[in-house]
Formats: sequence, structure tokens, C-alpha cells
Amino acid sequence: MTELTKKRPEFRNINAFKDLTTYRMAAAAWVSILHRASGGIMFLLLPLIVWLFDTSVSSEISHGVFQSAFTAGVGIVPAWFIKLVVLALIWAYLHHLIAGLRHLYMDMFHAVTKEFGRSSAVVTLTLSIGLTLVLGAKLFGLY
Amino acid sequence: MTYGSKRVVTGAHYGLRDWLVQRVTGALFALFTLIVLAKVLLTSGPLGYEGWAAIFSPQWMKALTFAVFLAITWHIWIGMRDIWMDYIKPVGIRLALHVFTIVWLVACLGWAVQVLWRL
Repeated sequence: MTELTKKRPEFRNINAFKDLTTYRMAAAAWVSILHRASGGIMFLLLPLIVWLFDTSVSSEISHGVFQSAFTAGVGIVPAWFIKLVVLALIWAYLHHLIAGLRHLYMDMFHAVTKEFGRSSAVVTLTLSIGLTLVLGAKLFGLY
Repeated sequence: MTYGSKRVVTGAHYGLRDWLVQRVTGALFALFTLIVLAKVLLTSGPLGYEGWAAIFSPQWMKALTFAVFLAITWHIWIGMRDIWMDYIKPVGIRLALHVFTIVWLVACLGWAVQVLWRL
């Protein structure tokens, strides 16, 4: 009974700048919060995604606008900025996809050990960042 | 307390459905990505406008793409609703954000569908 009544330490009024920045998150925690952040980014950029689909597929002329967006920009928006935003979209999509497949795998095979959680999280981060670098280099014309 | 008179209009659905829908729609989109990717890789020569438009022009591909757009809209709704429920506590602000999310999603979906069948 004494154990039950003993109060556990309580933390209130967490300082976002001091306390959140000193958290040491495990790899799985990074995958989790980035899964959410990448989804939020894609939601906010949804009109841009539809615009990219529209201009690229609608006609020869609109396809020209699509292509020149990456070389000369659109209106007052410079090309480097568009590439940067598209790079963010590429990362967001890759991370969200791979982290989602990790969820599906865990659900199907009841893969719930601590060790699998860690190793699959490391694989997710490595793959998503690695593929983003490869595709990003292509986007910025490095090869 | 989340039942009876304490239930919140913007609260959770307290069930399995959202969880299952999120997985099914996510798997559908992964599959769709594979199909588009395969079509891109199977295009002979440089992709260009013709090759890219040809990927989406068959009627079956338009129908499939439409179904996938619908699925992903549902997926985004569940995900964004989770985010609002976790971080936004006042019911009024949360309700406003829910409405904004739906308007944003339906507007984008309508635009994407128009692009598809104008092709």
C-alpha cells in the first residue's frame, strides 16, 4: 500500500527551449515525430503538389512552365527556392513512406521487440536520408 | 471522461476503424507509387511531356488514380485530425482547424480530379 501512495515525481511547466532541447530521443522516437512532421508538411504543400501534377501533365505548354520552374523560376519565386521546397517534399514523402511500411511490417509480424524497434528505426532514417541525398543531387544537377 | 454528456464534438472515434483505414489507404498509395514508377521506368527514351502524359491517359489509369486520390484524402484527414487532437485542446479552435482541413483537402481533390479528366 505504501508503494501505491508514494507520489511519482511530476514535471509541470516544461520550458520548450531548455527542456525539450536536452531530451535525448531514441532513433524510434525520431522516426515517430518525423513521420508526423513529414505528413504535416505534405498536407500544407498539397496545393503545390497538385500544381506540379497539373502543369506537368496538362499540355505541352504547361509542361514548359513546369520545366522552367526548375531552371528560371515562376513569377517572383526563384528556381533555387522551388528546388529546395521540392527537396523537402522528396524527403517528406520518402520518410513517410518508409516509416509507414515499417508500421505495416510491425503490425503484420507482431514485431514489437525493443531491439527491432531500434534497428528498423535506424534503417528507416538511413534509407530516407540516403535516398533524399541521391535524388537531391540529381535535382540540383550534381550528376 | 469521454462518454455521456462529457463527450467532445471533436473527440476521438474510440474505435478500430481509423487505424485500419490508415493502413489500407497507406498501402494503396505505396502500391500506386510502384505502378507509376514502373510505368516511368518502362518508358523508352527520355520521358518528356508525351511519355509522362501517356502514363495517366488510359481510362483505367484515370479511374485508379482517382480512387487513390480519394484514399489519400481520407488518409490525410485521419492524420491531420490526430495532430489537431494531440496539440489543440480548446474545442472551438480545434473545430475551426477541422473545418479548414476539410476545405483544404476537398479543394485540392477537386482540382486534381479536374486535371485527371481534362487529360
